[in-house]
Amino acid sequence: MKKIEDENYCVTLDEDSAKVIMDGVLRLSGAAEFTPIVGFLNDLLALEEKDIEIDLSKLEFMNSSGIAVLSKLMISARQRKSGKITIRGSLSIPWQTKSLKNLQRLLPALELIIE
Amino acid sequence: MEIYGEYQSIDSDQSLEQLNLSFNPSSIPLKQRWRNNGLSADFLGDYVKTFFPKDESDPTTEYKQAEIKSNVSYIANELLENSMKYSSLNSHAMISIAVYLMPEQIIIQGINEGSEQQWSNLLKIINELQENDPADLFVQRMEQDALGETSSGLGLITMINDYDADLSWKVNTMHSGDKLITTQVKISI
Repeated sequence: MKKIEDENYCVTLDEDSAKVIMDGVLRLSGAAEFTPIVGFLNDLLALEEKDIEIDLSKLEFMNSSGIAVLSKLMISARQRKSGKITIRGSLSIPWQTKSLKNLQRLLPALELIIE
Repeated sequence: MEIYGEYQSIDSDQSLEQLNLSFNPSSIPLKQRWRNNGLSADFLGDYVKTFFPKDESDPTTEYKQAEIKSNVSYIANELLENSMKYSSLNSHAMISIAVYLMPEQIIIQGINEGSEQQWSNLLKIINELQENDPADLFVQRMEQDALGETSSGLGLITMINDYDADLSWKVNTMHSGDKLITTQVKISI
């Protein structure tokens, strides 16, 4: 397991279970600051033929730079030949119900579970 | 003075509650200041939440309160991030962010000073927002971005697309030639 964290957030890459978990509040100041997290997401995407999951169910806030990171990942994922992609969210976190549906517009095969 | 969109001037007696925060953008570097955007935005969200009390007999009120806090916090944070990123470097003018609770809506309003170039970049985005469907614009922006083209305005697009917000702008040209830009975001309650 690999981790990137600061006082506000924690992002974990678990390659064995093919998961990235994002917790806390992610409001970094733009693409450059998101680079290490993008690295985790690209490593996840590179697990060819596996079903992969991004778990946001404890991610209380994300700014539009973070939404851009997830959106670009959906576009990269179009090239993937096999393996399902799931994003898991929480109904009790209002931004997720509002914004995560847009990811499906970018990648219709995305499985979005908000519960 | 130029107006774009349905800008509403707010008389203080119209709003039920209001809270206004101001910052001096040049006192410390942006990187050190960045965390304050989130703190201020959350403070505004928390403040407004108070006026939507939970009712034990109605479980939907708990979600409503969380939703209002989250909406105000997201929008205020995006406005502040934009103000911090796109203000004249030599500006000694304050950046401000305010929230107004109106009878049927919440207005979140940011003010900053930008150079003529910064304003012309924003104006290009405003025109795109007015001419395009926000959902299509979102997809188009992200696809451009994936090709390495720089994209901006995503925060504004998500406000319209995800939060059903109504956006408008008021712009004044100052003696220096810089623009005093007010961005007004209205969301219904």
